[in-house]
Amino acid sequence: MSVQDGYNFAYLDEQTKRMIRRALLKAVAIPGYQVPFGSREMPLPYGWGTGGIQVTASLIGADDVLKVIDQGADDTTNAVNIRSFFRKVTGVATTEQTREATLIQTRHRIPETPLAAGQILVFQVPIPEPLRWLEPREAETRTMHALREYGVMHVKLYEDIARHGRIATTYDYPVIVNDHYLMRPSPIPKFDNPKLHRNPALMLFGAGREKRVYAVPPYTDVRSLDFDDHPFAIERWEQPCALCAATDSYLDEIILDDAGNRMFVCSDTEYCAGRQAAGHKGALAA
Amino acid sequence: MYVAVKGGERAIAKSHELLARARRGDPGVPELSIAQIKEQLRLAVARVMSEGSLYDEDLAALAIKQAAGDLIEAIFLLRAYRTTLPRLSESQPLATGRMRLARRISAAFKDLPGGQVLGPTYDYTQRLLDFSLMDEVSETMPAGAASAEAFAEPFAESIVAPGIGELLGREGLLEAALPKADDPAPYDLTRDPLLFPVDRATRLQNLARGDEGFLLAMGYSTQRGYSTTHPFAGEIRHGAVPVEVFVDELGFAVEVGEIELTECQLITDFEGSATQAPQFTRGYGLAFGHAERKAMAMALVDRALRAREFGEQINLRDHPANNEEFVLSHSDNVEASGFVQHLKLPHYVDFQSNLDLLRRLRTEWEAARAAANREAA
Repeated sequence: MSVQDGYNFAYLDEQTKRMIRRALLKAVAIPGYQVPFGSREMPLPYGWGTGGIQVTASLIGADDVLKVIDQGADDTTNAVNIRSFFRKVTGVATTEQTREATLIQTRHRIPETPLAAGQILVFQVPIPEPLRWLEPREAETRTMHALREYGVMHVKLYEDIARHGRIATTYDYPVIVNDHYLMRPSPIPKFDNPKLHRNPALMLFGAGREKRVYAVPPYTDVRSLDFDDHPFAIERWEQPCALCAATDSYLDEIILDDAGNRMFVCSDTEYCAGRQAAGHKGALAA
Repeated sequence: MYVAVKGGERAIAKSHELLARARRGDPGVPELSIAQIKEQLRLAVARVMSEGSLYDEDLAALAIKQAAGDLIEAIFLLRAYRTTLPRLSESQPLATGRMRLARRISAAFKDLPGGQVLGPTYDYTQRLLDFSLMDEVSETMPAGAASAEAFAEPFAESIVAPGIGELLGREGLLEAALPKADDPAPYDLTRDPLLFPVDRATRLQNLARGDEGFLLAMGYSTQRGYSTTHPFAGEIRHGAVPVEVFVDELGFAVEVGEIELTECQLITDFEGSATQAPQFTRGYGLAFGHAERKAMAMALVDRALRAREFGEQINLRDHPANNEEFVLSHSDNVEASGFVQHLKLPHYVDFQSNLDLLRRLRTEWEAARAAANREAA
């Protein structure tokens, strides 16, 4: 008996998928609001993408083309594992091409290639509550969200400036969605925050262990928190990608030898490979 | 030229092969059977069933074998299987007062109806290694107990005794544990999210699935001043209880089997109030199989979490065992294990982000210090 015969399409039973889709509809209707849902125990560990996997499983159909990335890369072990899980339990086509995918599950990045209307980007979320470190009590944070009482977050950012001269949050940088809810964009680098704003794709966020889903519908306003005299700014590198010479992508630093020599390359492997195929050549390219 | 590291399916497949070999160990040593695990590692099986929330000795033993004895991994395996099972029906409430006892003790009364039954316990063993167990063939049983029948029925004496609650409750000395008139169907934490504040039934469900080590530490903390309870072990019982299911077509409940349970009733003081005469209150613990440490720890934590209900002075910041959100959000070892170990996953992107910031901050700090030095000079 193959895995596909032994389990329902996409692992979850249809009732569970419907329950998750209902939660997702609510999430889309109230952008940035964390909707509790009956998160299931998945055959992959909590913290490894169970929320994203449940969102993907509840949406995926036989005609979908799935892309899975972790840290921007299609070939990291966790991305490979999740992709092979879905191949096993759905048999759908998978791709590394951002443009070809109808459904993209991601951890920690938004692809560099701009997304199009009709695509769905599913984020894996470790901690959905942006106020968690400022107020650990769930009952309290729910009220704060309802009242849009986000002063503590501004104070936190202000304290960063007072102490370090700048805002010291670099990833999972807080955003305001649709002028109401404060939202954690999941641990994407703040470099990716501007891509959330009025993105034509539907962006869904799944937190399995914390049992919450939330959403940024297409073309929704997403503003990164900042101050007039300390405007939001993204990471910059002093050099282009060593393989594809891109100057507009997020770069990973790679240590090359014991002497501490290093290179910078695109974290988005598909974007980098595409540029190299198109003839762009970085300093260390083959 | 630089070639990026590829994780890839081949590496994962190889890792699975190595894992299978590591699990099996020396092939010259006979393989463990599921029956051996079930019979000879019964306490491990009990823990996996309790925290895996599935009463199935064979599957729990299989999970232990597959996990090479890592009980939290075994619990995870069992949970991931359990989640795919259909819910056929809800059983009738278990009547633990009708338990066929293998063991039953009370630390509150010297004697009580049904008596103190020591049963099989490590309590009064002297913890000296029994080197005779090293030799697997010569393992000897005490004379007279070696017949197969003696093990076929662990509760052969079939002692049934009323619970301590029933005994003390008659005088009103102990709070009643009766379902409310409009008692709702139990919330199912495996189907619906934990939302705060929660009722006691849901809390107990969470604790029953909770990690034994975590509950042990939390319970222990209440005994060392990080809470306000002073408990007595009213009763601890272990034995077999029938499970009944109401069959609509028949119009009555039928017994579908029997499960082994350990139940703990802790008794603690209560000063009373204007509307309530002083009486003892309870902390409750229940676990599958023989699991006294778990049941007692659970009962301690249950009672600590009821502090607000009795208007006791609590200090949520300094007394974590009284803090419902703290305890219930962190009790689940499958959740905790996954999230702690997810740190093994790549975090290059976030780390790069922090590296970038740290370099900037250091550059600014050096510049500021150089400026300060110039000023001082």
